[in-house]
Amino acid sequence: MELIINGKKTELNCNTAFEVREQIGNLQDIIILNGFQIEENCKVKEKDSLAIIRKGVLPKRDELESMMMARHTPNVHKKLKKGKVAIAGLGGLGSNIAVMLARIGVGQLLLVDFDVVEPSNLNRQNYYISHLGMPKTEALKKQITEINPFIQVVVRKIKVTEENVKELFSGYDVICEAFDKPEMKSMLVNTALAELPDIKVVSASGMAGYDSGNLIRTVKVMKNLYICGDLENGAEVGRGLMAPRVQICAGHQANMILRLLLKIEEV
Amino acid sequence: MRVNGKEVALSKNQKLVDFLEINQYDIRKIAIECNGEILPKSTYQEVILNNEDRLEIVRFVGGG
Repeated sequence: MELIINGKKTELNCNTAFEVREQIGNLQDIIILNGFQIEENCKVKEKDSLAIIRKGVLPKRDELESMMMARHTPNVHKKLKKGKVAIAGLGGLGSNIAVMLARIGVGQLLLVDFDVVEPSNLNRQNYYISHLGMPKTEALKKQITEINPFIQVVVRKIKVTEENVKELFSGYDVICEAFDKPEMKSMLVNTALAELPDIKVVSASGMAGYDSGNLIRTVKVMKNLYICGDLENGAEVGRGLMAPRVQICAGHQANMILRLLLKIEEV
Repeated sequence: MRVNGKEVALSKNQKLVDFLEINQYDIRKIAIECNGEILPKSTYQEVILNNEDRLEIVRFVGGG
């Protein structure tokens, strides 16, 4: 029967996943059948997609992409690969969101930030000591290449202003607002919604401190605007930003962006 | 008028900027949708509210 094995159409005389592994690889190899890693033997049928992955061995580039894709639900991956997402601000939210979107295979990412990585970022942002002094755009692009080299990453080391919003973000499906200052959040949301009527904006407000993580949620507040956060807890003297709530909020934003790319508009 | 889903009583011919000031909204940190359309900040000064209006006002706090 015809099966898709490591991304290639293959004619094999097998009835089960373990028989496929026996013919293609070793007993220790991992099997991913139609997006799910199986431990027990399963029957296979015509057109099933299998990845047989040898542990600890670096595969060739074309095999690597099919092995990475194997873990994504098949029809979902195609849509995400076509997705174009712009991330404005690469701090605690933006850096973590960019990495999540890279891991799920969003095809095109625009990363916008004017700043460099500094020591006070390491408490919550997705950077390392080795990135200190490097522009955040470059530090993040480097990491994404290491996580998923099949993603097209465009970087702009620039401050976002009312004047450049349209030029920077037109053509993208979603803008992820991930700034720190409330004035900047407001400026981007107002300008993008007014000047780019087809774009969706996923913004964040309220994730400082260590209140319950359950207070952080996603709300559709306007036709094209989603807000993630507890909507109340701003960063201020005595209430700093800490990795867990910032990452919970980043997770909400990334998941809403994923849903929007799959044309699901409900939160 | 409805603001963020709640019924709000309006004084006659109330200007949007006055409504925002009375309710302690900081114009630099908000976004407003009026009857399903985003309201550009440049128009806040001119807008007069009426009882049929549906406003969604988002207040941004710092952190990211």
